[in-house]
Amino acid sequence: MYAFQYRRAKSLSEAAEVLAKDEDARPLSGGMTLIPTLKQRLAQPTQLVDIAGLPELGGIDCRNGVLTIGAATRHADVAASKVVQDAIPALACLAAGIGDPQVRNRGTLGGSVANNDPAADYPAAVLALNAKVVTTKREIAADDFFQGMFTTALEPGELIVKIAFPLPKAAAYCKFPHPASGYAMAGVFIAQAGDGLRVAVTGAGASGVFRWAEAEQALAKGISAAAIEKLTLAADDINEDIHGTREYRAQLVKVMATRAAAALSGKK
Amino acid sequence: MAKITLKVNGEQHSAEAEDRTLLANFLRDELKLTGTHIGCDTSQCGACTVHVDGRAVKSCTMLAAQAEGCEVVTIEGLAKNGKLHPAQAAFTECHALQCGFCTPGMIMTTAALIKEHPAPTDEQIVHGLEGNLCRCTGYLNIVKAVKRAAELQKAK
Ligand SMILES: Cc1cc2nc3c(=O)[nH]c(=O)nc-3n(C[C@H](O)[C@H](O)[C@H](O)COP(=O)(O)OP(=O)(O)OC[C@H]3O[C@@H](n4cnc5c(N)ncnc54)[C@H](O)[C@@H]3O)c2cc1C
Ligand code: FES
Ligand code: FES
Repeated sequence: MYAFQYRRAKSLSEAAEVLAKDEDARPLSGGMTLIPTLKQRLAQPTQLVDIAGLPELGGIDCRNGVLTIGAATRHADVAASKVVQDAIPALACLAAGIGDPQVRNRGTLGGSVANNDPAADYPAAVLALNAKVVTTKREIAADDFFQGMFTTALEPGELIVKIAFPLPKAAAYCKFPHPASGYAMAGVFIAQAGDGLRVAVTGAGASGVFRWAEAEQALAKGISAAAIEKLTLAADDINEDIHGTREYRAQLVKVMATRAAAALSGKK
Repeated sequence: MAKITLKVNGEQHSAEAEDRTLLANFLRDELKLTGTHIGCDTSQCGACTVHVDGRAVKSCTMLAAQAEGCEVVTIEGLAKNGKLHPAQAAFTECHALQCGFCTPGMIMTTAALIKEHPAPTDEQIVHGLEGNLCRCTGYLNIVKAVKRAAELQKAK
């Protein structure tokens, strides 16, 4: 690691101020992505501003049909939350499947969404559930937030404060985890809401999380595994790496979507 | 450099360390608690697992400064009054190690696991040990040891 200065922010406004003044400062939340990046010397920030303990970034709350989760909420706490389990069980289940227990004990929702790793789980939930990302500056719709691998609508110094998930009628998430890391080789989140059905795919897109329009159309007519089985996902925009070819991943997406659809149709 | 104060195994400790010092290195190099092992550079192996405020974490992926004011328990702090913790006793009894390099981390994860699941199923054990790698045993005796640790904990 290159040297940096560590400071624990006392308030959200102090953190925002430090980040606004120093463009090479970085917010530190759970550190489960940032610290490995620093250890590999892939980044050289001047300062790390620790925001993990800020009360403004905590809390899980469900009212008026919206589940709101603070950005610094750890994966383990989302997974164990009775409020989340009751409101959107698929989201609690997703959080319980991230990485391993030690990673879930440190990693946070805000860090994962801000990082927008193409194989991360939360982006699929945020996009399928049509959530709003609430930042220190504004509210950003999920469709506008994710802008390609490791790229989001966040401006320098802008912090995610919380994420607001409108409650779906039903939702399901299925992923094929990479056997070593747990990251998604392919993960599909299907959410059925009053205003329509959305299918978000993570782990596979060459430019990160994406909505699978054909699957949304097919399932709008009725949710069933058979509706997905008829589809073919074109492999052109699918990611290829040492873990799998793009054709293999496209097939995995279809299988995960079939399973998620089967889980949903069983629930109805 | 900053002075870092934290409680380790029930005792208050203070030491100067660079801001970039990892908790694993702080424990090993400053406090000479070398039971916490560093097995990889990629946050994968879990050999460095310790408890911070009661939760299992990878101490190689946390800055010592992030643990300022926290309560840390390492493998050295598990035994009480000369009596092994149920997880330690079970790993010995079930021969859940060969070279022993992964063992401190495995035991710290096990201790947290049986607190959360006092009677863990095989699936909960396998899922619960996903953050710990062992290159020797093939895991069978480790899974047995976690079951046994839960029994010993109950009998306590
Ligand atoms: C071994 C291992 C396995 C993993 N497996 C999975 C997996 O299966 N699925 C998965 O989804 N993820 C996985 N992860 C990643 C993990 O979920 C991380 O916790 C997550 O990606 C980042 O969250 P964090 O809180 O640790 O963020 P940090 O590492 O602290 O930060 C990540 C980035 O986001 C920025 N940031 C943090 N908080 C905010 C905020 N509030 N506003 C704006 N920017 C912010 C930081 O500056 C940094 O650039 C794994 C990680 C490890 C080490
Ligand atoms: S040394 Fe910490 S995970 Fe390997
Ligand atoms: S006993 Fe050798 S690595 Fe586990």
